[in-house]
Amino acid sequence: MKKLLALLLFGVVYGATAQDDDLLKLLDQEKPQETNYTIATFKSTRIINGHSVEGMAAKHLDFRISHRFGQLSDGAYNLWGLDQAYIRIALEYGLTNRILVGVGRSNYQKAYDGFMKVKLLRQSTGKVTMPVSVSLFGSVAVNTLRMNLPTPDATFAFSNRLVYTTQLLVARKLNERFSVQLTPTWVHRNYVETSPEPHDVFALGIGGRVKISKRVAFNIDYYHVFSEQLMKTNTNSLAMGFDIETGGHVFQLQFTNSTGMIEKTFITETTGDWGKGNIHYGFNISRTFSFDRKRAK
Amino acid sequence: MKKSFYITIFCLLCLQTAYGQLFSTSTGVASFYSKAPLEDIEATNKSVTAIISTTTNQVAIKVPIRSFKFPNGLMEEHFNENYMDSEKYPSASFSGKINESIDYTKNGTYKVTVTGKLNVHGVEQDRTLTGTLQVVDNKLVIDAEFVIALADHKIDVPTAVFTKIAEKIQVKVHLDCLPKK
Repeated sequence: MKKLLALLLFGVVYGATAQDDDLLKLLDQEKPQETNYTIATFKSTRIINGHSVEGMAAKHLDFRISHRFGQLSDGAYNLWGLDQAYIRIALEYGLTNRILVGVGRSNYQKAYDGFMKVKLLRQSTGKVTMPVSVSLFGSVAVNTLRMNLPTPDATFAFSNRLVYTTQLLVARKLNERFSVQLTPTWVHRNYVETSPEPHDVFALGIGGRVKISKRVAFNIDYYHVFSEQLMKTNTNSLAMGFDIETGGHVFQLQFTNSTGMIEKTFITETTGDWGKGNIHYGFNISRTFSFDRKRAK
Repeated sequence: MKKSFYITIFCLLCLQTAYGQLFSTSTGVASFYSKAPLEDIEATNKSVTAIISTTTNQVAIKVPIRSFKFPNGLMEEHFNENYMDSEKYPSASFSGKINESIDYTKNGTYKVTVTGKLNVHGVEQDRTLTGTLQVVDNKLVIDAEFVIALADHKIDVPTAVFTKIAEKIQVKVHLDCLPKK
């Protein structure tokens, strides 16, 4: 009986003191009306070298300069790589909130690249729950270096210069700090220099970020090329670095063993060895411009 | 043990009925306006939920942060990611009591003050907000305008973007509450 009295008393006291909160709790019980799509799984459209699952908001233009110095192992004469510079300049535009298209030019191999990335699924909670975000990425890269042909009238077909990359990007923001991404990748090369090299190369990208503060994150971006598809001199691409965000800019500072900044170069043409100090210091600068002024109302 | 269970249920029922008549909405509108030298920012949220108890004069309002719509997507991301930490603090809320006594059975417009707790960005502040309450044919319409100082709620603005975001944000709330079933 005492127990019951205590409970009753508790009930009354609880009822008297906690009413404000309980009205709020009544609100909490309402079913979620909206679907909340996870935002900012990664800060930028790139983890470091490779694409992240992120796109651009509709009608937003990303002007992007990616830059890699030479290798630390180049030594003091080349100021540990700072004398050399590889650069990619690109314009990337959000056609819709789900579709990103871009074109870029790299001085490495005088390569032009064009790509499209489509968000298929968006991680969400609320009315619709989706555990992961999934994007599909496709790109074409053209190497425009002049060829040293054996005879003056020999020809080298344009199609031989093309490399296609297809990726499925699957990412999950585990919590506000940690995000991970798996990226199965297929690179098709129209032309290979020696016959044992395959035209199709399959790789798996593994990437992640840890947010250190509100505007700084640490990222890792690794691509594993499956079982001896490439030459012995090829290595897997690994990059580590920081994202620093200030308003409309995202700066990415990184170290990587890859020279190129487009899929076909860093996945299938990396030869740098971290152990030997073949490490490039580099940065990506992304500046976003909004052409979207009418949305709100 | 069984008895105590029933009594708990009974107590909970008492609690429920203690509110008497409830009015509520799930499509309330909240908007804010930030005026700063470089940029004026305005955002609107049409998914505000609210409950008013006409017997106890209590009010509770909940604003899902993620539902604020901005003129552009980048602003929206920054608002959620950098300023409001909406993943950690998914909603702002206000719960309080109307100080004036109101005859809810008669149509009319009343000036009201509501004293309670304002929770934004996980930081609670005791506030008395002023607004109007209209009784229109068994419907309650509430309009309120107030100011939130970012510093009061530990919302940090880095000095680099200080010229783009005002330190004090003007907030407007409009609620059409209907009797709750």
